[in-house]
Amino acid sequence: MTVIETLRSAFRGITANKLRSSLTLLGVMIGVAAVILLLAVGNGSSQQINNLITQLGTNTLTVRAGSGFGFGGGTTATDTSTKKLTLDVANRLADAGLGHVDAVVPQVTTSLTVSSTNANETSVSLVGTTPNYFTVTTAKIGTGESFTQADVADAAKVVIIGSTLATELFPTGSALGKSISVDGTPFTVVGILATQSSTGVSDANSVVVAPISRVQRSYTGFGAISTMTVEATSSADVAAAQGEVEVVLNQLLKYNPSDTTATAPYTVTDQTALLQTAASSAQSFTVLLGAVAAISLLVGGIGVTNVMLVTVTERTREIGIRKALGATRPAILGQFLVEAATLTLLGGVLGVVVALFGAQFEINGTQPVVLGYSVPLALGVSVAIGVFFGVYPAARAAAMRPIQALRSI
Amino acid sequence: MSATTVVSTGSTGGSSSTSAGGATAAPLEHVADAVLELRGIRQTYGTGEAAVEALRGIDLVVTRGDYLAIMGPSGSGKSTLMNLLGCLDIASEGQYLLGGVDVSSLDDRQLAKVRNQQIGFVFQSFNLIPRMTALANVELPLVYGGVKSAERKRLALEALDLVGLADRVDHRPQALSGGQQQRVAIARALVTSPTIVLADEPTGNLDSQSTDDVLGILDSLTKVGRTIVVITHENTVGAHAARVISIRDGHLVSDRRNRPLGATRGNGAAV
Repeated sequence: MTVIETLRSAFRGITANKLRSSLTLLGVMIGVAAVILLLAVGNGSSQQINNLITQLGTNTLTVRAGSGFGFGGGTTATDTSTKKLTLDVANRLADAGLGHVDAVVPQVTTSLTVSSTNANETSVSLVGTTPNYFTVTTAKIGTGESFTQADVADAAKVVIIGSTLATELFPTGSALGKSISVDGTPFTVVGILATQSSTGVSDANSVVVAPISRVQRSYTGFGAISTMTVEATSSADVAAAQGEVEVVLNQLLKYNPSDTTATAPYTVTDQTALLQTAASSAQSFTVLLGAVAAISLLVGGIGVTNVMLVTVTERTREIGIRKALGATRPAILGQFLVEAATLTLLGGVLGVVVALFGAQFEINGTQPVVLGYSVPLALGVSVAIGVFFGVYPAARAAAMRPIQALRSI
Repeated sequence: MSATTVVSTGSTGGSSSTSAGGATAAPLEHVADAVLELRGIRQTYGTGEAAVEALRGIDLVVTRGDYLAIMGPSGSGKSTLMNLLGCLDIASEGQYLLGGVDVSSLDDRQLAKVRNQQIGFVFQSFNLIPRMTALANVELPLVYGGVKSAERKRLALEALDLVGLADRVDHRPQALSGGQQQRVAIARALVTSPTIVLADEPTGNLDSQSTDDVLGILDSLTKVGRTIVVITHENTVGAHAARVISIRDGHLVSDRRNRPLGATRGNGAAV
């Protein structure tokens, strides 16, 4: 029996029962598509987080007042007598001439309400900082311009607002140059932030940024600042910069890390470390999705198995006839092998096409990114299942004496 | 023709038992001009208490060109015998020589070759493959025999022409009447020019007109020298054969010759 003859009889077998063949096809297709697509969604969301990490810049450190909330070292003693992180400390850190530190950006944060002549009060977070805030952090000026060092010196009443807030306060026309009321005090909008992708619970596009001196004078007072963002000279120098910053801060704040009774007055967080935690949780999300996908592939595989078993059992008589006419076992096996392989491969390829098509669309805010290995994996597993359960019963029937096969059914 | 055509045991064999109780296997010597030789064939199904003996020692010789009918009531073992003759089953005991070759010593691949080239089997229930045209069905044994496509088609069309179905080659079995299906099956049995044509109740599922058609074709085959073995329980079918043997309870009980070997039927069924 030649290859062409085998192919021809396999094709006949497939077309003989179109409903059964298309059900098999569908089972394989859904299984394969589900595996590829679900893994792509998981992969897409972890890539999204990785993008955020690069967007953030991997060369910044965040220095927070207080002993933090689980990150970093420090002790848990109740002593609060150490000095606080103030604007003065920040300025002295910036002036310390550290080799691996490019910039120090002090920030104070508070929550309050803003309003305009066009819109009611809305509560936002107000950040008081210095102009290099817009070069070091992810917040960039979209339109308008930054406030200047002079504005900081003068404690000028100027603000830069997030893009969402701008359209909220000024639904018609630009917010630039307009006046908004921040907790009752009028400020002039000089710039609007570029739209950022949101990192978490707080909306980064709905903030108000003003000179730190003005915020301290009007709202927070001249006490401790909430955070400082430290820019290292390069991403490779982040660890070195952290060491230098800690040494200087310990001196300035008179804090001795080896003194177990003292409370750490500040916490240094590597931003990327935070996001890497998020990335690893995205990884486990991918694993979870993969498990769901594997189950759907398994269920699809069982469907295929079922159809194949029924098919071969039904066709045991045909196998008997073929044997009576002089078919050898390899000839019969070849036919069923090609039949099962064609059917499952076709279904698998259709599944891949469906998955690749589906991956073009955003699913629940995530752009799926197809994992290279998922395609051959899904295809291989489904074809293996289909072929095994297509061929195994056929092999059993082909091993019978012709009369046994003929008598069945 | 030689004397071996009448009596079922070998001319040089010691035992000449042709009927009931012929349990002793005769010496294994090839009978001249014999197509089939059975010696002490026994077939048992099941084991122990549940064992059923379908054949209890059959000795039989069929010579080339003969037209043999095996008759017997249902349960007599005639179908079991037919399946053994067609190499669809293997005997529990005894020897079966097909064209001088001991079939029981063949492996699976060799048996497939014997079924393909030496035997043409016609079943009671036709056993055509449903989704294939008459032509494809007839070509199937040639496919397994490794015959090239063009040659295959030529032979298959020739065989279909022989059974009078030249105009039905592209029909699928379900579009054919029972008689036509059985004729396709006969064409399929003939297409490889087998040593022997075996027909198991070939008219069992047919009306009288189709029965006459099929028997007519078998008659015409015997005229051109084909060896035919037919199983039947109908006397009208048995009357067409040159030699009739009867089986009862797994024993050969009678062996009768209607007419000499090679002589054609003078009157009777239409051809």
